Amino acid sequence: MAILEVRNLSKSFDKLEVLKDISFDVEKGEVVAIIGPSGSGKSTLLRCINQLEKASGGSVKVCGLDMIEGYKNGKPVYSPADVLREIRLKIGLVFQNFNLFPHMSVLKNITEAPMCVLKKSKQEAEETAKVLLEKMGLASKAGSYPCELSGGQQQRVSIARALALNPEVLFFDEPTSALDPELTGEILKVIKELAKEKMTMVIVTHEMAFARDVADHVIFMDGGVIVEEGTPEQVFGDTKNERTKQFLQRYNNDFKD
Amino acid sequence: MTWEEILQCTEVIARYLIPTLKIFGFTLLFSIPLGMVVALLKMCKFKPVSWLINVYILIMRGTPLMLQIITIYYAIPMMKVSDSAFLQNLFAGVDIKSESYQFNALIVAFALNYAAYFAEIFRGGIESIPKGQYEAAAALGMTKGQTFFRVVLPQVIKRIVPASSNEVITLVKDTSLASVIAYAEIFRKAKEQMVSYSNLTPLFIAGIFYFIMNAILTTVFAAVEKKLDYYK
Repeated sequence: MAILEVRNLSKSFDKLEVLKDISFDVEKGEVVAIIGPSGSGKSTLLRCINQLEKASGGSVKVCGLDMIEGYKNGKPVYSPADVLREIRLKIGLVFQNFNLFPHMSVLKNITEAPMCVLKKSKQEAEETAKVLLEKMGLASKAGSYPCELSGGQQQRVSIARALALNPEVLFFDEPTSALDPELTGEILKVIKELAKEKMTMVIVTHEMAFARDVADHVIFMDGGVIVEEGTPEQVFGDTKNERTKQFLQRYNNDFKD
Repeated sequence: MTWEEILQCTEVIARYLIPTLKIFGFTLLFSIPLGMVVALLKMCKFKPVSWLINVYILIMRGTPLMLQIITIYYAIPMMKVSDSAFLQNLFAGVDIKSESYQFNALIVAFALNYAAYFAEIFRGGIESIPKGQYEAAAALGMTKGQTFFRVVLPQVIKRIVPASSNEVITLVKDTSLASVIAYAEIFRKAKEQMVSYSNLTPLFIAGIFYFIMNAILTTVFAAVEKKLDYYK
């Protein structure tokens, strides 16, 4: 069963259409990379699926649960709150700017949602959090506050925070864009490890080499539509699409400079 | 004034420290929660509500507190002598000369006035919290209530401490406005002593009382700020 089924998804801000007729599936254990120029709608796509933005049309199914029940006067009617909540808990989201809670310690950042959303006991939540911190190589930072950590460390905490809810799929919204190249590497390493463990992931990224390495499936978006998709070999290797070629060429040139 | 007179005078003024502190304490007790409600209403998306709140804040901040105290204090006596039998009956039981009526009128005036100022401080604090914090909480499945009380409010408190301390310190001094309706507190008593001794020293003594209260508050707020300094 597909973890995620997106069909004909569209999104407009007033008259500006940012997503047009987007359809794709994500299977269990699959890693999907979404690439494309800035403003192509990649982040909006993730945000629509995660209910941070309201879709204007189409359907989204997460683990068989429908996010949109039906249509009324051409506008989507969202499913009841308890279904939406269940969907939300199946998706973990890692932001570009981490968005850690600055007033909470690293440990509290990770245990907060399991305790107040899943009603786990403090002991259980802390045990899980410590295992995750260990995995992220941050065991010694449990008592620190986000402001005392480097960007890379903060992003690793936010990955642990998302994993603590045991989601079916993890979304990354440009997880390394706020980091310098040196710190980018440590995040990419963590994501690669998660991929090895068969964590289902959807990654919006500008790191082409990384997308090529880690993804099972690559989606290239431009102007709110999926221009091309396929295996990394198809998209990066011998794309037949002019627009994709042009985009990738620019990246390659940037790397040569 | 002799030292003995100064001592005696200090003792008289000190006895009225309690009424001053009562105005101070009750005003904070009511104006802080009220200010929070006003702030949330002002951010309400339903326009008539936020418009009404704007008018309220405009009046409270745009006119003197002394004027507001007098207006509220005399509102009921005015209604008692009005032509309307209904209003006369409604307030028939109110004894406007009683100390409790004086005090209640004062607290209503002070709380309404200070709530307007606190509301603006709270609103500024709430609006300064980045959108990403709400989004992170939402993505983690937290409810709106959990997001506000566990994520937003603690950060708002840290941000509003400096501005709030300003208000609280001003309030200590503003309690002296209660003397305008003859409520017996530090300032009123000091003025009486000043007249009877024909000497400014009693006012100076009252000044020292206000100064000490605010010195203590300043220390307390500095400690609170320091305590909240564990994160940036």
